[in-house]
Amino acid sequence: MNTLIYLIPIALSLGGLGLVAFLWALKSGQYEDLDGASWRVLDDGDGKGESSRTF
Amino acid sequence: MSCCAVGAATMLAEGGQASPASEELWLASRNLGGGLRQSELSVPDAYCGACIATIEGALRAKPEVERARVNLSSRRVSIVWKEEVGGRRTDPCDFLHAIAERGYQTHLFSPGGEEGDDLLKQLILAVAVSGFAATNIMLLSVSVWSGADAATRDLFHWISALIAGPALIYAGRFFYKSAWNAIRHGRTNMDVPIALAVSLSYGMSLYETIGHGEHAWFDASVTLLFFLLIGRTLDHMMRGRARTAISGLARLSPRGATVVHPDGSREYRAVDEIKPGERLIVAAGERIPVDGRVLSGTSDLDRSVVNGESSPTVVATGDTVQAGTLNLTGPLTLEATAASRDSFIAEIIGLMEAAEGGRARYRRIADRAARYYSPAVHLLALLTFVGWMLVEGDIHHAMLIAVAVLIITCPCALGLAVPVVQIVAAGRLFQGGVMVKDGTAMERLAEIDTVLLDKTGTLTIGRPRLVNAHEIAGGRLAIAAAIAVHSRHPIAIAIQNSAGAIPALAGDIREIPGAGIEVKTTDGVYRLGSRGFAVGDPGSGGGQSEAILSFNFRELACFRFEDRPRPASRESIEALGRLDIATGILSGDREPVVAALARSLGISNWHAELSPREKVEACAAAAEAGHKALVVGDGINDAPVLRAAHVSMAPATAADVGRQAADFVFMHEALSAVPFAIETSRHAGRLIRQNFVLAIGYNVIAVPIAILGYATPLVAAVAMSTSSLVVVFNALRLKRSLAAGKAATPSPLMHSDAVTS
Repeated sequence: MNTLIYLIPIALSLGGLGLVAFLWALKSGQYEDLDGASWRVLDDGDGKGESSRTF
Repeated sequence: MSCCAVGAATMLAEGGQASPASEELWLASRNLGGGLRQSELSVPDAYCGACIATIEGALRAKPEVERARVNLSSRRVSIVWKEEVGGRRTDPCDFLHAIAERGYQTHLFSPGGEEGDDLLKQLILAVAVSGFAATNIMLLSVSVWSGADAATRDLFHWISALIAGPALIYAGRFFYKSAWNAIRHGRTNMDVPIALAVSLSYGMSLYETIGHGEHAWFDASVTLLFFLLIGRTLDHMMRGRARTAISGLARLSPRGATVVHPDGSREYRAVDEIKPGERLIVAAGERIPVDGRVLSGTSDLDRSVVNGESSPTVVATGDTVQAGTLNLTGPLTLEATAASRDSFIAEIIGLMEAAEGGRARYRRIADRAARYYSPAVHLLALLTFVGWMLVEGDIHHAMLIAVAVLIITCPCALGLAVPVVQIVAAGRLFQGGVMVKDGTAMERLAEIDTVLLDKTGTLTIGRPRLVNAHEIAGGRLAIAAAIAVHSRHPIAIAIQNSAGAIPALAGDIREIPGAGIEVKTTDGVYRLGSRGFAVGDPGSGGGQSEAILSFNFRELACFRFEDRPRPASRESIEALGRLDIATGILSGDREPVVAALARSLGISNWHAELSPREKVEACAAAAEAGHKALVVGDGINDAPVLRAAHVSMAPATAADVGRQAADFVFMHEALSAVPFAIETSRHAGRLIRQNFVLAIGYNVIAVPIAILGYATPLVAAVAMSTSSLVVVFNALRLKRSLAAGKAATPSPLMHSDAVTS
């Protein structure tokens, strides 16, 4: 029973962390262009290193 | 490509001559402050990583561009640019030119199609939240089921309640809102049993927890919500693609035109303010703003907007011109004969708006199912409650069992049945080169029994091609090509394409609009163009597309052109026949041309020389005769009939408006996309029906268990999840038959449609 007192909060906060990370990714527009993102991975970035910039 | 083929080629080749004016781009850009502005352009041809790199690279090379980013999902590029560089005002047209030089068409993106994205974001958030809640509660529940003792169980139940409460309020609001809406209007829909089951199960669980009860349903209610939200999100993604076509059409009518006053002064005025009787100047490359009559000037006019015909027509003094047609080669002075609201484009917009209503009457399969399903579920739960009250008289127990019935019968599998299949089918179609805008389009496509095809641009490629190259001496073809490089007329481009190396030709070169090109060399005069122009005698050329090369008015060669049929047309029409589907042609083109093509393809039911309105009428007549028709077309003149049809399809090379009006867009050249899409849709329809059977079959087994009172929370959760998973796996079976879809070899649009200048 004693272990539960800290294990449950740890479990919940880890899950919460994942949720927050997802929400952040969604807010920062990382899901806006899924087709493009899969292609950008293959881009070596010759020329300018700007292609990772988002807006 | 009846509509924009000519326009697009011309536009690209001439560096965006037909593109919106700088002023228009300035007006359409967003001011970001600090001397920065942002423009959104649509780039329909961008389709892979190389396109991203090319377009972004071309833009970033410009000093005035601050940032450029291509969004491949929405085929858009957004550019942030400085208003001034080195004291010079930026001309946003340069961006269009830079992109056009790399071979991509661009359009000014008209905002207004974005309202759906917001809801999608909220739905994804809700899925994330409910998923988080569901996993955590499930962990706690598993501990309870595996035998936690009284105090621990109560603790776990309380923690579950704390997680579930906010999650239900946040993620469940879509269902509550919709359910409340339905009840208030005296209706019921699929969301009513969902909302009832979720809130009743939460309430009962809370009651049980307070009373130190053994069972709680928190996990069931949240998992239920999670699954349903997945279905809802997929469904929304399918539906969100549909956009209205009207905004695209409005772009075809220019926003303004140069008016010449009687005293000779000029003024640029908005289209709405142009009155009949005024004199307008339309430069080469511009669209005609309002219907009018030519006062002076000669030019070739791309009239594909009106009749779908790809080869330009010559206009001279006294001819009438329609709004929206593209002036290709020479400047024209017009007298406006109609105000903008009475012009041709306005009529098309009206036709499309009128046709829009017909589509809205279609009820989605899921909605039709919900109509019978949800009252049945409510009745069942109520009967269970009443039955147990009669048997035992214990409100608490009767209520518990009624809630179990509601949870078990909740349309979780039903909610997933349709969207999952449609998403998988859409993915399969996408891999075969067909894009689907809307899930209901697939439902409608599965029902059709007739296919009506447009001619130019649909059954044919819509680009003239030299057919008698082998009859012409190589040297003469080379001379013709050397002359042709000075023109952007589609026929001149076709000559350039057939010639190999193009030699240089020195001389005084002049293009006579509506006639041809003249080159004065030291030896004599070469002319390339219509027979009358080249040899000074109209002759008996007839209506066939031809160009004559002459030297000092003596004929050297006669080039004949033909539109090439789209690859696999014949096979596709035979395939349609095997699917028991009748085919017909609806064309705006001249009768002999259509008749010849119909004969060669073996289609007996064809109509020629139809106006956009007559096409809609022909389609309506088919509908009245009890046929459900798929219309395949590409031009702006097809847009109204694409809207009016039961379901519609357009090639990717179609005019923007055609693409927007259509439910399906196919990207490869071959017409085999049509039978492929029909087969896939029918297959998807079969799977959807199977899923319904599975979901209902599950209910037949699970519901009696629940009614008899044997459904513990564990049983409910397992049963519900199993039914959902079964439905999902059944939908994935569609993927396995993908091998057939790959038969359509991927030949991406941008290569097949590469610009040839």
